[in-house]
Order: sequence, then C-alpha cells, then structure tokens
Amino acid sequence: MTPPVRIAQISCGAEYSGVQHEIDDAAHEVNGEIFFPDIALKDIRRDFDAFGLDVRSPDLKLSIARAKALVEGRVEADAVFIATCFRCAEAAIVRNELRRYIHENSKLPVVSYSFTERTTSGTLLTRMEALTTIARRRALLARETQQGITLGLDSGSATTKAIIMKDNKIVGTGWTPTTEVLKSAHSVIETALAEAGMTMKDIQAIGTTGYGRFLVGKDINADLIQEELTVNSKGAVYLADRQHGPATVIDIGGMDNKAISVMDGIPGVFTMGGICAGASGRFLEMTAKRLGVDITELGPLSMKGFGGRVPMNSYCIVFGTQSLVNALAAGSTREDVAAAACHSVAEQVFEQQLQEVDIKEPVIMVGGTSLIEGLVFAMGELLQTKVVVPHHSQYIGAVGSALLASGFIREH
Amino acid sequence: MAKVFIYPATSLILSDLVSRHGHTPLSSAVAIRERVQTAGLESPPLQITPEEPKKGLKWAAVEVPSGVRGRMALYGPMLEECEAAIIINDADFAFGCMGCARTNELIKFLLRQKDVPKLDLNYPRNEEEGVQFVAAIKRFLAGLGSEK
Repeated sequence: MTPPVRIAQISCGAEYSGVQHEIDDAAHEVNGEIFFPDIALKDIRRDFDAFGLDVRSPDLKLSIARAKALVEGRVEADAVFIATCFRCAEAAIVRNELRRYIHENSKLPVVSYSFTERTTSGTLLTRMEALTTIARRRALLARETQQGITLGLDSGSATTKAIIMKDNKIVGTGWTPTTEVLKSAHSVIETALAEAGMTMKDIQAIGTTGYGRFLVGKDINADLIQEELTVNSKGAVYLADRQHGPATVIDIGGMDNKAISVMDGIPGVFTMGGICAGASGRFLEMTAKRLGVDITELGPLSMKGFGGRVPMNSYCIVFGTQSLVNALAAGSTREDVAAAACHSVAEQVFEQQLQEVDIKEPVIMVGGTSLIEGLVFAMGELLQTKVVVPHHSQYIGAVGSALLASGFIREH
Repeated sequence: MAKVFIYPATSLILSDLVSRHGHTPLSSAVAIRERVQTAGLESPPLQITPEEPKKGLKWAAVEVPSGVRGRMALYGPMLEECEAAIIINDADFAFGCMGCARTNELIKFLLRQKDVPKLDLNYPRNEEEGVQFVAAIKRFLAGLGSEK
C-alpha cells in the first residue's frame, strides 16, 4: 500500500473550535496523514524572533516556528495545511505571511483555510485531495500534451461537460445543465461522441472531475478521478499555452470559486471559496433571469453599461439581488445593472480569495463564467491586468481530465 | 477554603501551590511538555466538539473567532465559579501557556471585573524576583484562608 502523504498542519484554534477531527478525517479520506511538526520550546522563541512578525498569540508564535522548521528542512513533510479561526485578524496576517513564506522558500504545496465550528471534512476534502495529488503525483501533472483518444468529464454543480481529445486536439464537446448526475453525464458523453464521430469503444482512457466525479467515475469506469483544483489549473495553462513559468488561474464556478497560483503547470497555492453564493456564477444566473435575458446575453449587455451608477449595498445573493431590483425600479438601465452584478462578483472574489494567493501574470480565467465578458472585464479592472480567456474555457475541467487521462493509456 | 482561578490556567506550578495551601485550583490541568507534538501549546481535552464554540457564546459574541468561544466554553464556567484569582502576566511558555491572545485578554478582563480577591503579578525574570514572586503567592493564598 502507498504510504500516506504527510501533511504538516500549522494552525491556531482548530482544536478549540472542535474541528480537528474533521481536518484529520478529510486528510485520511485521500490517503493523507496530518501531523504537527515536532519542535522544542526553545525553537519557538528563537524562530519567532527571527521571523520578525510580532504577534501576541502563543499558538501563532508556534505556527511561525513550525513554518520555519519546515522551510529549513528540520522537519520533513510532503505538503502543508495552514488553518486559523475565521474572523481573527491577527491569525489572518500570520496565515497569509506563512503561506507566502513557505511558497517562496520551499517546494511544498500549501493550502490555507480559515475555519469556523461549522467546518466539515466534506468542505476540506477537495483541498486535501489537491494537496496530496500535487505532493505525490507530480509526474502525472507534468504532462503537457494529450495523446491517443481520451474522454474528459466534468460533473459540476451547475453544468456537466464532456470533451473528447485526439492527438492533442479537441474533437468532441458536450454540455448540459446538471440535473440527475449520471443522466447528465451520459447525455454529454453521447453528444461529444457524436460530434467526434466515435463510440465508447474508441476511447482509450477516461478522466472525471467535479462534484460528481466519484459517482460518474465509478459508473463509466474512469482511469483517473481527480478533484478540480489540479485538473482545472492544468487545463487552464494547457489551453492558454502557458505551461511554463508562473500563472494565476481564476475559476468562478456555479457553487464555489477557485484561485490557484501555478508554476510550470503545477498548483503551488490555492484557495477555494464556497461559503457565499453572492460570489458565484449563481448570482449572475439570478441577475440574468431577473433582467429577462439568457445567461449568454448577460456579458454583452454588461459591456454596454456602467456598474458605478448602480448602488450595491450587499454582497449577499439575496440582498444583492434586491439592490439590483431596487435599481431597476428607480430607473437604472438593464445594462448598468448587468455591469454592477459582474463588478460585484469580481470584487467579492478579488477581496475574499485573490488576497490569499500571489497574483502572477498571466491571469487566466476559466469555467462557464469566463464567457461573461463583463465579469472578465471587471476582474481585469480590479487586477489592473489583461485577463486571458482561452478557447474552450467553459470546458476546462473536462479538458484537464482528458489531458491527464492520456497518461493512463499505456496501462490498457 | 477558596476556589482559585489561576492564569495561565495550564500552570502546574501554580496549581500545585494553590493545592498545597488547601485551596482548590481552577485550571485546565494539561501538562506542558518539553516537546510540542500537538496542534497547540495547550491542546485541549478530547471532549471539545463543535458544540463548545456555541456554548462559548455566553461570554463572546458570534463574530468572535470560534477558537476563542471554544476556549471560553471551558474557562467561562471556572471564571464564574472562582472565589479568588491569581494572574501571572507574561509568563514563560514552560511555566504555563494559553495559546490565544484574544482569549487571554478576555479572561483577564473578566477576572478583573469580578469582585473577588486577586493577585496580579508579572512573571519573575531573575532569582531575586522569583523568591519575591513565590512569597507573594504564598501570602495571598494564606490570606485567603484567614478571610474565610
């Protein structure tokens, strides 16, 4: 049996919040093992002083010392999980600085998280899976070209996508809103096969990702079942042809958002938000519905408007929508309202997630929402950079899966 | 005999001093080891569950981090129960340590608000201060007995 991936936990408050066993369970689920870097009391004083961040909480001092022990190689680990209490300002500063310190001074993959007492192992699972994948499957993630004929399937919370690739080219696509997970999956596979002029017998390897990846993967006998953080970042740099050097991948999904700092196609630091629907594609869907347009028309509509003319007093999906309704009632144009909605989502992702990763150009936006040009424009304005949206960006998870699955062809 | 809350609540030395004078120490009674192998410097008992931060709402509002509220679920009842308190400021990790500065501020504030005999001392930095430190604690504890 493969030995578990050793994940060093650097945290403050996890035990007193009652969530330590949730962290342990999530790691265990993906063959990971949480451990606390073993250091002496005298190391805490020395390392804390040397680091230079003068915090008050002793557990944060301990966190700093543990981070230094990992970076300096005094303690060995495969990956690092940094977690502190949500709403603690002192801890947020430490979490951010340690994440940056470890990322810049070691090759250890890092994920940071702020928890509440409501954090569950399910919430942490995708993050842990990505950590263990990056730590253990670098060879798999190093793949830069697709070979043979492979099928990639992304069973997302809002939509299900399928891609068929042959000899490094996309030859078939399928897309449908997710209803029944398996039914939606089979439907998009059928569409993609028809477009490619193939049958399932032609497929040499299959990869699945997204929320339904385990269910669908088992059903269609997938060779690779992989979380979306690594798959999407791989797909993004592949489609944008930025497989070497740094990149930042932003994926605003139907249910959660991902911000991933990538180096040579491999994620280094990533965050995943999923607490508030106001920062998700769902908010834009609701806006489109309220404006009486299809979601595909929201982008062009928003580009004709000016969001600054619409007062948005809340990031909440309910109150935010209420602001938009009020603005329409007060005479605002649909164009301005569409632009304000895009700006609101971009701003929220910028404030809550992009602060947790180091933004390095190129910034690549992927996922269905990257087709909403008003959102891409708003993100570019906030980041003061030109955002890259690659072709087939809405199929990103499926493309990443098809690309990585080709590593399994030889096994057949 | 009095119930004495000790700060840091993890201090075995303080706990021992209180017991030796016939009082009941209110403390977390968790040993601080030379090697730190757990998540925090004073890792809590295993019975901490996500319910504890909710119980902690009695002492800290919902916008206060869950780690503070979880700690208050343990220490809050002791603060209410205590009849005297010894507070040692800026103690060495090895003397006793509580991991969260915000909880520490709240605990010390609540103790200072409470109308019970209190001893508020700084941790000694040399031998001479150490002797005075122990003598002051002894005097305080002995005095508690006479008050009764």
